[in-house]
Amino acid sequence: MATIRMKPVKTPDLFLECFCISPDVFAGKTPTEISRLEVREGKARNELGDFFDIAGSSGKTAEETDIFIDGDCSRVKYIGSKMTAGSVTVNGNADMYVGGWMKGGSIHVRGNVDSFCGLAMEGGEIQIDGNAQNYVGCAYRGDWRGMRGGTIRINGSAGNDIGTFMLGGTIIIEKDAFIHISTHAEGGTVVIKGDVQSRVGGQMVKGDIYVFGTIEHMLPGFKEIGTVDKNILGQSMKFRHFIGDLGERHPKKKGREIYGNLYLRAS
Amino acid sequence: MAELLIKNGFVVDPSQKMNGDVADIAIRDGTIVEKVGSDAKVIDAKGKVVMPGGVDIHAHVAGPKVNAGRLMRPEDKLFKSPNAQEHYRVEMGFSIPSTFKTGYDYARMGYAFVMEAAMPPLHSPHVHEEIHDTPIIDEAALPVFANNWFVMEYLKKEEIENTAAYVAWLLSATKGYGIKLVNPGGTAAWAWGLNCLSIDDPVPFYDITPAEIIAGLIKTNEYLGLPHSIHIHQNSLGVPGNYKVTLDSLKIAEGVKANNKFDREQVMHSTHIQFHSYGGDSWANFESKAKEVMDYVNTHRNITVDLGCVTLDETTTMTADGPFEHHLNSLNHLKWANTDVELETAAGVVPYVYDKDIKVCGIQWAIGLELGLYAKDPSRTFITTDHPNAGPFTRYPRVIKWLMSQKAREATLDSLKYCSKVIDATDLHGIDTERTLYEIAQMTRTGPAKALGLSHVYGGLGPGLDANVAVYDLDLNNMPTDPEEIEKAFSRALWFVKSGQVVVKDGEITHHGNKRTVWVHAKVRENHQVTRDIQDKFLKNYTLGIGNYPVWDHLAPNPYVIEVDGEA
Repeated sequence: MATIRMKPVKTPDLFLECFCISPDVFAGKTPTEISRLEVREGKARNELGDFFDIAGSSGKTAEETDIFIDGDCSRVKYIGSKMTAGSVTVNGNADMYVGGWMKGGSIHVRGNVDSFCGLAMEGGEIQIDGNAQNYVGCAYRGDWRGMRGGTIRINGSAGNDIGTFMLGGTIIIEKDAFIHISTHAEGGTVVIKGDVQSRVGGQMVKGDIYVFGTIEHMLPGFKEIGTVDKNILGQSMKFRHFIGDLGERHPKKKGREIYGNLYLRAS
Repeated sequence: MAELLIKNGFVVDPSQKMNGDVADIAIRDGTIVEKVGSDAKVIDAKGKVVMPGGVDIHAHVAGPKVNAGRLMRPEDKLFKSPNAQEHYRVEMGFSIPSTFKTGYDYARMGYAFVMEAAMPPLHSPHVHEEIHDTPIIDEAALPVFANNWFVMEYLKKEEIENTAAYVAWLLSATKGYGIKLVNPGGTAAWAWGLNCLSIDDPVPFYDITPAEIIAGLIKTNEYLGLPHSIHIHQNSLGVPGNYKVTLDSLKIAEGVKANNKFDREQVMHSTHIQFHSYGGDSWANFESKAKEVMDYVNTHRNITVDLGCVTLDETTTMTADGPFEHHLNSLNHLKWANTDVELETAAGVVPYVYDKDIKVCGIQWAIGLELGLYAKDPSRTFITTDHPNAGPFTRYPRVIKWLMSQKAREATLDSLKYCSKVIDATDLHGIDTERTLYEIAQMTRTGPAKALGLSHVYGGLGPGLDANVAVYDLDLNNMPTDPEEIEKAFSRALWFVKSGQVVVKDGEITHHGNKRTVWVHAKVRENHQVTRDIQDKFLKNYTLGIGNYPVWDHLAPNPYVIEVDGEA
């Protein structure tokens, strides 16, 4: 494994669009070549080297390439977007679209991330040590094809619109979430270990939601059908089992309708 | 005097029966002339194909439903919006491109004229603003008439003269080009949550049938002598087994002769015929009836059609056929927009993915091409994708490739998941016809220009015509064996001259062109009854005053008005 080390040396006035910070792009390039990659700040074209000191070496393929960014990336968007292998570590915060459209490999952000983390992700792993803003693992604006696979783990709390249009994969929020969980989902699993305020599973067709804490306001489209014992993330617990959203269409499998499942920890 | 000489190209111009003759095209002040002086700027087209600028008879490129599509589909722009080049505007979108991308992409393909295929009259100011915002290409728009209260009321009483007076008034008020019919009666029925799925289903409340509306508007069109014939999107679009309705509708034109001074021969243009050539009675036994439909079209010279080829892309459907869009939404469960346009029409918008892994999509793709290959008279069968309904217009080069190369068709057929089922349900696999460049020029240039009554402006390279000339990177003596090269050549013209101005060089835009909006002004005798009816409806039914209805001149600042004397 080879590592490219990047150190932020200049804070952009606006926000940097860095589609290039990905093992797939860096693989096979020297630090000098990498520093010449195009990044945009608004309509201005810049080079990556204008904002980062770049050292180390890259591997021949994405799989053999690690990227380590030592510093704050609060104004850097699209870190690790579309990556298929390798790893990216950010020793600080990151802005929007961390791991957007990601297909494989891993991303570790040791601080907080802004919105759209793991947007339309297809595979791989994202670990955020801090909090996430809104739209974790959701679909791109307007799109109906959300997260398909992989895992996103937020060690802190998250905002609204988590797993919108989710089709597969897993999102784990260790603390609280605000509103709109798995809206329009047709698959996938969202686990919220803290509390949620409201609008959980609106227009959900299929998929699973686990809430370990409380839901302040339940949606009227969910019906309680019983209590179940579930082992989730290595913990065995008793859950109240709801199905829904009853206002939405539901596909049939072997003559039985498939619903979205909402498991709320029984107190 | 701006002079231009396009030298030594293989000229393919069916309007002059030129099939690759090596010739020069001389241009002076935007018009094709016999010869130019020695100071003329020379474009060397040696070893390249030279064609008239393309004419698109049917595309949805401007207006409220196109904009609704843009608004509801931000994802259509994602990663498909190249950054602006110096001096040029940013281009956005794929199936519903921004106005700038629309103009640029048509120009890159060497197209000079595009017909916006369905203009809701009430929203015609918006249509014209968007047309004005689309650079380079000349455009016109067809207002929709077949679900209009005036038209249904007059035709129920068989008042052709009154219908004609109303049509003439509306064409002038909306700066429209001709008579468009969308799901005659069916869209009006949609206001009651109903539809007209055959031409004999009565329209609720109006007690008129689609057949009567179609026949009445054909009569009206020929009474006025408009440059274009009626332009019809038939009932029962996209429904398995609808080819019978299609044949029934086409038969309404039987025996009717064209009356006009524009060299037009047809009395009915049946659009996106692919969507109307379906057999079977469900999606399970869905099959092609392209042969049945095309056999009829082949033997009836007073009908023209365009294909509406499915291009197997993710696209956005949009039509004034409101009930159809509702039906489509119940099939794919994606986003749906629906609107009612007061006394006139309705519209719906739904995204759609023509997936290679879905049997029905593969069959639809095959039907479009079968129709193009079965056509005996390519000058009456035009290439379209009903942009963006069956695919974006930027896929015309791909459709041309499929029509010109059996190898390309077979390659796509092999890539379908249900290849053998598509082969069973269609004839495409057995058809070895390969369209020639001459036939392609008939299907994309000469033919549509003639059907629109515009052969005195577009679709040819004869002296006196508008100087719209495309040069493609194809050597007639040494045509590429790889069909991909055909698609590439038609996607990016080497040169495109629009109204005498070079607008494209090596596939890149070099100039914003001299755009014009074409419309028809039909003169009719003063008709007091119709004038009173119009004023009456604006007082009683419309939500706006009649003074605010017509399109202001400044919204269409580059007019090209075609005068029609409907009194004669």
